[in-house]
Amino acid sequence: MVSPILELSNINKSFGHVHANKNINLQINKGTIHGIIGENGAGKSTLMSIVFGLYQANSGTIKINGKEINLKSPRDSIINGIGMVHQHFMLVENFTVLENIILGFEGETVFGEKLQKAKQDLEKLCQTYNFNIDLDATISDLSVGFRQRVEILKSLYRGAEILILDEPTGVLTPQEVDELFKILRALKEEGKTIVLITHKLIEIMDLTSEVSVMRQGEMVGHTKTEDTNKEQLAEMMVGRSVLLRVDKKEIKKGETIFQVNNLSVKDDLDVTRVKDVSLEIRSGEILGIAGVTGNGQTELLEALSGIRKVESGKIELFGEKISDQDNFLNPRMLKQKGLAHVPEDRQRMGLITDFKAHENLIFGYHDQEPFSKSSILNNREITEYSNKVMQEYDVRPNSPNLITSNFSGGNQQKIILSRELNENPKVLLVGQPTRGVDIGAIEFIHQRLIDMRDRGAAILLASVELDEILSLSDRIIVMFDGKIVGEKENKNVTERELGLLMAGVA
Amino acid sequence: MSNIVVDKSKVPWWVSNVIVPLVNLTLALLVSGLFVFIAGENPIEAVKLIIFGSFGYIQGFAYTLYYTTNFIFTGLAFAVAFHCRLFNIGGEGQAYIGGLGVFLVAINLSFLPVPIVWLLAIFGAFLFGAAWAYIPAYLQSKRGSHVVITTIMFNFIASSLMIYLLVDVIRDTNQMAPHTVKLPEAIWLPSFEAFSGILGIKIRYSPLNLTFLLAIASLFFVWFLVWKTKWGYEMRAVGHNTQAAIYAGISPHKNIIIAMCISGGLAGLLGVNEILGVSHKIQAGFPAGYGFTGIAVALMGRNHPIGILPAAFLFGILYQGGSEVTFEMPNITRYMFVAVQGLIILFSGALENLFRPQIESFFVRRLNREVNA
Repeated sequence: MVSPILELSNINKSFGHVHANKNINLQINKGTIHGIIGENGAGKSTLMSIVFGLYQANSGTIKINGKEINLKSPRDSIINGIGMVHQHFMLVENFTVLENIILGFEGETVFGEKLQKAKQDLEKLCQTYNFNIDLDATISDLSVGFRQRVEILKSLYRGAEILILDEPTGVLTPQEVDELFKILRALKEEGKTIVLITHKLIEIMDLTSEVSVMRQGEMVGHTKTEDTNKEQLAEMMVGRSVLLRVDKKEIKKGETIFQVNNLSVKDDLDVTRVKDVSLEIRSGEILGIAGVTGNGQTELLEALSGIRKVESGKIELFGEKISDQDNFLNPRMLKQKGLAHVPEDRQRMGLITDFKAHENLIFGYHDQEPFSKSSILNNREITEYSNKVMQEYDVRPNSPNLITSNFSGGNQQKIILSRELNENPKVLLVGQPTRGVDIGAIEFIHQRLIDMRDRGAAILLASVELDEILSLSDRIIVMFDGKIVGEKENKNVTERELGLLMAGVA
Repeated sequence: MSNIVVDKSKVPWWVSNVIVPLVNLTLALLVSGLFVFIAGENPIEAVKLIIFGSFGYIQGFAYTLYYTTNFIFTGLAFAVAFHCRLFNIGGEGQAYIGGLGVFLVAINLSFLPVPIVWLLAIFGAFLFGAAWAYIPAYLQSKRGSHVVITTIMFNFIASSLMIYLLVDVIRDTNQMAPHTVKLPEAIWLPSFEAFSGILGIKIRYSPLNLTFLLAIASLFFVWFLVWKTKWGYEMRAVGHNTQAAIYAGISPHKNIIIAMCISGGLAGLLGVNEILGVSHKIQAGFPAGYGFTGIAVALMGRNHPIGILPAAFLFGILYQGGSEVTFEMPNITRYMFVAVQGLIILFSGALENLFRPQIESFFVRRLNREVNA
């Protein structure tokens, strides 16, 4: 029996009325990669923030190497050999890698010999784990994958024996994920302990040797990874069996209701990001847009939804022109014409995270009856409506007065979805509907989109998740460098075929 | 650097909204007391004088409420713009021009029935203040010129413009000082003396007048506007997340202009108090810093009408009690109280987060212990 390096017993943590961690027990063995999996909002990040000293538990004990410790701040955790790589990196953009790593750690190493010593130590570390980082590069010049490596390196340099990674792959390309996994395996070989927080089952199966599952603030199971499988884990996560594939009826195509002709769009820096794109969507079909991020999908969606000006070309809804280079209808007018939009970036665009949930549930529809009459908001109606839809869309916690930033990603997405789907739009533009969303919610969101399609809506779905495109779309177009480089009916299309188109080589 | 991370959702509202401001205020007053001590006077006596001066006799209390009236207007003005994340520090100039509006309406329409003259003059004050705020608002929304810069420049422009008008255009030509003629007495707003006579209290003079009720009404108006109407909703949306506002079809341009105009209009209402209520003429420099102090009032009141009322009252006490102190204590000058105001601004605004984490975490721990026990 290996002795656990980290042992949590009876950890409890509440935020207001939300009991985020209930009597959590967890043992993590030295030299393993331990996965913690659970839906968004299950309490994984909270638990790890307690271990990293960002939050203090209401009760319970934390032991490292059998010794009980009191973690009051991240500093205590670092001293005890715990390092954490957050979902959002904590780096100073205009500093070099070296400067970022020594920042705040050793005041006197900024100049002279000690700096050289730090540099040598770091170079050694880089070699050991094959990091391949230029220590003098400026952070702003590095890709996301490399920035993450800097974070890992920073933790190691500060003597981390236990490394916690919070959803590390959310922002990475598939190649970067492979590289990261190589590094993590190397770390494990060297005897480091890694805690991987994720909601992606594939990563758990790929990388970990043990896995713990959380659901609604409770630890529902621990198991060796080799003794389980994806279906079983998914079931433990959501508490019921999950369909990993979407069931969908045969398509009943109607007439074309949304048409785009020779559209070109420029971004804020005046660079043409959408080049001569033409497409049409029929009633009752889902048109998927596949493509690597940054190939014009964002600008296309923004132009179609009336947020961004069109450079040339035109957009028609029900045969009526809604946008060309001279004028465009604003999003609110488009909403009234039956066009709804679930934006790619829910926190930057889809929500006002400082608003209460009920204020976000009416966002963009706030000036319509029954939410407001002669410009005065009708709070009773809004609350009643919010209670109803939050129940219907299973938004947790079901509290319309909670500030939106307190909801998990998946629940925030449900708030947007309920708002945009509630008016039964004829055309629905959807960007990255399940980014950072847990399995249970993904299934739910996919089902809602399919329902909309079956009710005859025309849906445009842009996603970087090929799985999602393949399982939902009836027809797929691939965007590369702002142009449509391929169009396929979704029958017998393989990921490989799409992948080549996405890379611009086919 | 403190590493205290407080779980915000656990902090009771009264800790962050009552205890923390009170602690900051106490600190500001303690430091002020130190100043008084260094100046060679007894701080305890000074406090006694402040309290006596602002509450001790009916006339003093009336003065306190008169100052409060002005601070409510300028505090609300700052708060409204701030909900759209606009830092309107041009309240001073907007109030100045608002005063011009009151005077022009009142003097030119004085033949109308008196209550109608009042209403139109109030409207004039709001309109002129709003118009003065409109230009920086337009520049911000269309050209991206930051309102902090433009509004402060507009304070100077307003000041120069008014001096020009008061010297060359609308001066009372029977004398040489830069002020206008007095408005006809019939349209003066009834002052507190008139009411106190009815109540059987006799006081010599007080600047407190009916405008106080307008200030109270403005508190309700702002609360209703910001939290109960779609305009307030849209303003807050633009303020919190402009990108999201655009996504929802809410125009940032329009809302920046609306928020600034309402803000400027509220500042303009100060002119009603000063001109229709007290001096009955425009005097050079009548806003006398109320516009700037309004920023501190709003910060202290956390930009909410419920907070702005006590904050304005507090500054009223300081103004009135302060003048009492300077009168009684020769070593304390008027500028000392400017310094006290400065300290309050420093502690409740700039250093607001100095003790907040400690206080909040103290209460969170304390309350949890009670719950667990």
